[in-house]
Amino acid sequence: MDRLAFLLATGLARGLVIALFALSLVIIWRAARIVNFAQAAMAIVAVYVAFAVTQATGSFWLGLAAALVTGALVGAVVERWLIRLVPSGTPLPGMIVAIGLVMILQSAISIIFGPKHRPMAAPFSEQPFTVGGVAVLSPYDLFILLVALGVVAALGLLFNGTTLGLQMRASAMAPEVSRLLGVRVPRMITLGWMLSSGVAALAVLLLVPTELGLNAHSADILFVHAFTVAVLGGLDSPSGALVGGIVVGILISLVTGFLGAGLAPIAVLVLLTVVLLVRPGGIFAAKEARTA
Amino acid sequence: MTAIISSRTRGIVLRALALTVLALAATFLLDSYRNYQLAVVAAVFCATAGLTLLVGLTGQLSLGHAVLMACGGYGYALAAGLAAEADLSGILRFALGILGAVVVAGGVGGLLGLAGARLRGPYLAGLTLALVIALPAFASQVPGLGGDQGRSVPFEPVPDWLAPVLFSTEQWHAWIAVLVAAVAVTPLAVLRSGKAGLRMRAVHGDEVAARLAGISPGRVKTNAFVAGALSAGLGGAVLAIATQTVSPGGYDLAFSLLLLVAVVIGGLGSIGGAAVGAVLVVLLPWLIDTLTTSVGLPADLEQRLSGNLVVLVFGALLVLVTVVWPGGLSHAFAGRFASLSARLRRRSDQHVPQSLTER
Repeated sequence: MDRLAFLLATGLARGLVIALFALSLVIIWRAARIVNFAQAAMAIVAVYVAFAVTQATGSFWLGLAAALVTGALVGAVVERWLIRLVPSGTPLPGMIVAIGLVMILQSAISIIFGPKHRPMAAPFSEQPFTVGGVAVLSPYDLFILLVALGVVAALGLLFNGTTLGLQMRASAMAPEVSRLLGVRVPRMITLGWMLSSGVAALAVLLLVPTELGLNAHSADILFVHAFTVAVLGGLDSPSGALVGGIVVGILISLVTGFLGAGLAPIAVLVLLTVVLLVRPGGIFAAKEARTA
Repeated sequence: MTAIISSRTRGIVLRALALTVLALAATFLLDSYRNYQLAVVAAVFCATAGLTLLVGLTGQLSLGHAVLMACGGYGYALAAGLAAEADLSGILRFALGILGAVVVAGGVGGLLGLAGARLRGPYLAGLTLALVIALPAFASQVPGLGGDQGRSVPFEPVPDWLAPVLFSTEQWHAWIAVLVAAVAVTPLAVLRSGKAGLRMRAVHGDEVAARLAGISPGRVKTNAFVAGALSAGLGGAVLAIATQTVSPGGYDLAFSLLLLVAVVIGGLGSIGGAAVGAVLVVLLPWLIDTLTTSVGLPADLEQRLSGNLVVLVFGALLVLVTVVWPGGLSHAFAGRFASLSARLRRRSDQHVPQSLTER
């Protein structure tokens, strides 16, 4: 029973990071109707900058700010100078370019920084509190929880409560009509990319202290999990991403704890396959999104 | 109509025969290591030929084609291993191994194809991505696959009746590879140029219109996936014979992406392009590696460059070709004026979807 509670708690913490990254996929889907396969590699670039800033100043918070800013900048650069050049008739060229970008960024980082994992310290203790003799969330997990909830709330407010969010959604759904109505569609799409890669950088920055350390491939698995989550929740739904993230996190944690770490990727694959076959648009997706 | 198709098919088969004989003859000019490389190129060509049809014609992006190759490799290793235990050898063991490769790869490809028939671009790509990531877990969890070390594959010696002609085992393996590649790729070329290829293009162009024309998009996509999987499985079997081992490490995400690079650089949808791409992804890493070791860089830098520089070059090529040169190399070689005019024409009547959900 203690073991179950512990696994549920760690699963929750892990799931929140996945949910945060999945949120970044949801944002870019809502803003530009694409799945960005280079999201993890772009976020890693930002986290390397954050790592350098934290090393130089000794402050985690400056590093966090640097990650957000660099993440947004990388997003803007990639959108302006790469994605815009890609023929946009079908999603295929965009996906291929994103995969090329992943290869470029990861190999460049590996060449510059070498293959070793650089450990990052968490800003709060990772020792879990014990409640009635059972180890549950650590202060760092609570911090992740607060950040994730804050980001979801802020995004909900942005997309549903502000003119800017409305314009962003409009330019994604119907670019021509939005342009006719005076929305600056290219700017909105760039903004969506910036927002998305900023959130992704935040997620990876929160992940790295709980893992081996920072490396060009630190976020690869996170991307696969987050993609699963985004599909599970439907690429259109931020709350779906949050719920899906927690579900996937707990699933991974339970499978790892009770059946062995080797089975976790298979469990994720099975979950993804079942969801895609039963509801190709995701569980929380609106019905109109895809026909056949 | 049938006369036209059959004459076209005959042309393809004749060309394939000529190329096969040419490749077999070329093995006599190559040393052992070059012959080994030729075998690897032929194996990769099997996979890229299927992938180019899948991505180029039906528009299904599979990031997991390495897994299908691995299925072929494991299928071969298991079946040939069983045959070896039953004291079979020679052509019978080889045939059983190939049968195993085809069954396993075809089965997995069929399942993926059924999923692919229901899924749009990014979803299928994500599913196949998760599959590649899960491959090492499968290898360690399923008994008999040998975990991370993988399985050894029975050695395929030069048969007695060929021993006076061939001068090394590598050459024999290159022969096997070339012959299997010919058997795997020729049907794909026939499919591509016939009605099936037309249906695939129709499904990619506009699914609703294809359905109105009486084509079942799901069936076309599934069939394309199975065809690609069978060919990739044969490639995996060949690779298993040439390397005498099959392990999950050899079929990781990087290798999967390499297959995609080969297909895109060669030109999506073109079998010749898939061949050029296969040569490129096998030889370029080796060329770059020999180059970096011969320049005499500091050991630390050399270690960092090894493996990564190739990925960097391939990534840059992938982006460049997609943005600047969407037809790939095959398009570029097909006559400059023809390609230029074709490109101009395509620019002007590019398909613009009415709404984004249509994608």
